[in-house]
Amino acid sequence: MADSDKRGKGVSRRQFLSITLKTACSVGLMGIGLGFYAQRANALPPMAIRPPGALPESDFLSACIRCGLCVRDCPYDILFLGQLGDDIPTGSPYFIARTGPCEMCEDIPCVKACPTNALDHSLTDINQARMGLAVVVDQENCIAFQGLRCEVCFNVCPIRGKAITLDYQHNARSGKHALFIPVVHSEACTGCGKCEEACILEKAAIKVFPIELAKGELGHHYRFGWEEKAKAGRSLVTPDVEHQYNLPEGVKYDLQGKGLIIEEKAEAPGEPPFPSNPLDTLNRKRGED
Amino acid sequence: MANLPHEAGKEAIREKGWLLANKWLILRRISQFGILLAFGLGPWFDVWLVKGNLSYSLTLDTLPLTDPYVLLQALVGGVIPETIALVGVALVVLFYSLVGGRSYCSWVCPVNLITDTAGWLRRKLGLRGTTQASRSTRYWILGLTFLLSAITGSIVWELVNPVTITLRALIFGMGLAWLMILGIFLFDLLVSRDGWCGHYCPVGAFYSLLSTWTPTRVVAARREACDDCMDCFNVCPEPQVIRPALKGADKGIGPVITANQCTNCGRCIDVCAKDVFQFGNRFATRGSATLQAPPRATTTES
Repeated sequence: MADSDKRGKGVSRRQFLSITLKTACSVGLMGIGLGFYAQRANALPPMAIRPPGALPESDFLSACIRCGLCVRDCPYDILFLGQLGDDIPTGSPYFIARTGPCEMCEDIPCVKACPTNALDHSLTDINQARMGLAVVVDQENCIAFQGLRCEVCFNVCPIRGKAITLDYQHNARSGKHALFIPVVHSEACTGCGKCEEACILEKAAIKVFPIELAKGELGHHYRFGWEEKAKAGRSLVTPDVEHQYNLPEGVKYDLQGKGLIIEEKAEAPGEPPFPSNPLDTLNRKRGED
Repeated sequence: MANLPHEAGKEAIREKGWLLANKWLILRRISQFGILLAFGLGPWFDVWLVKGNLSYSLTLDTLPLTDPYVLLQALVGGVIPETIALVGVALVVLFYSLVGGRSYCSWVCPVNLITDTAGWLRRKLGLRGTTQASRSTRYWILGLTFLLSAITGSIVWELVNPVTITLRALIFGMGLAWLMILGIFLFDLLVSRDGWCGHYCPVGAFYSLLSTWTPTRVVAARREACDDCMDCFNVCPEPQVIRPALKGADKGIGPVITANQCTNCGRCIDVCAKDVFQFGNRFATRGSATLQAPPRATTTES
């Protein structure tokens, strides 16, 4: 067979080079395609939330070997693996808060199951998990903003009273009621998504987003005066000058305290600082001017 | 007297009987379906022997098995895994170094079921056309995936890996995986003989590297009995590995198939009516044919 003869003698240098170049070029082209696909596919859609302890997304994608053990060890079966054709990187785990939020197991079995630390094993307290951040994203449809009593998100929150608090505001529409406004606090919210699941609207007004989407970031040069003052123990801008009230002798004014204080020793001789007849005071002032 | 491709194995069935002529194929299918079943028992019947999939699994909550190729891509991306994952890698590397790296391809990989079917149908339909892609393409792709993993900081091949995607499709949810499976089937059937596994798959390429010093090898122990029926070449997914061992006696080449691309599938053993091949030891085997020239080795018909 001609084929066998060729093989027996080995390939010529020219053949070798042409085969190598051809292969290298086609694989290179494929690499470009694969690289672009990887870049595109690695962008996680915002409603897909990673399990607790997940590393920042870029680290997570190199650490997660797509084994699905977190999915298997989740006692509530909320986790899924991205499938071919999904927007989610193939085989990587996620949950959808609206349909199945994280139940925040105390022993965090999903993290324990992870063989590569893509779910960080140093997370041992589920309250420290930061899967995402709840945001009251639609204040037009959230009925609390209409003055109706709801507070469902506040009540289902596993860290009730800390991650979501109620802010009582004046109801300008009725003039006599309060608005019970839910406010999320990022220092306590784990992003479990119980609030999003429980939201009574057709589409949730409170939603969990990946933290990098949900959070703003203060300009790095920004300093709050009162915080700096507390740190330094004094004002850093202009030295504090106590306000001087222009008051008659024997009278002080305590701002945010008692208010006007009439010192007793002035009263003691029986002569008040103000004449009993207010007209006298007016007359006196005019006379002095 | 070469047999036609679509008659490969018929002679062996006549000579040895159906069972012996399909022994390794049957064992292989039992292995492949057994592994699918082991993974499927949990999600399908709630019997959790094995959790995970082919990139990492935990059997009976104690035995970790990690795909070294996937983990290596993670390492290239700068990941420090848990000890249990490294233990899993060590076990897998050790096992496949002993039984032959590409045994993974023929005894474990679910894609092999698809490509074997395509190959069988290709023979039965007498489809001959094939592309001329180099079989070394897979090693280029292997290198490429490491490069891209390092650049993009993600496990690149897992985005498209048909091996893990096929298994995951069965036990975690199908998605569009069927499209990929169909694509590979049609590619192997119509475009390229042994196209995917034999030319492109970097997983097989990686496992072949584990075969470099594997003791378990197919040996053409009775190569002097070869009557050039070509059945082994027709069924072998990597036919280039057979020739040196089978026809190299007069060049002083031993009867052991040493090429690391051999998948140890044993199909050549099955289909050979003359029982030329057998599983053997890479080092100890001395085929009786090594010392004498085979009677008709040089006269081949084509």
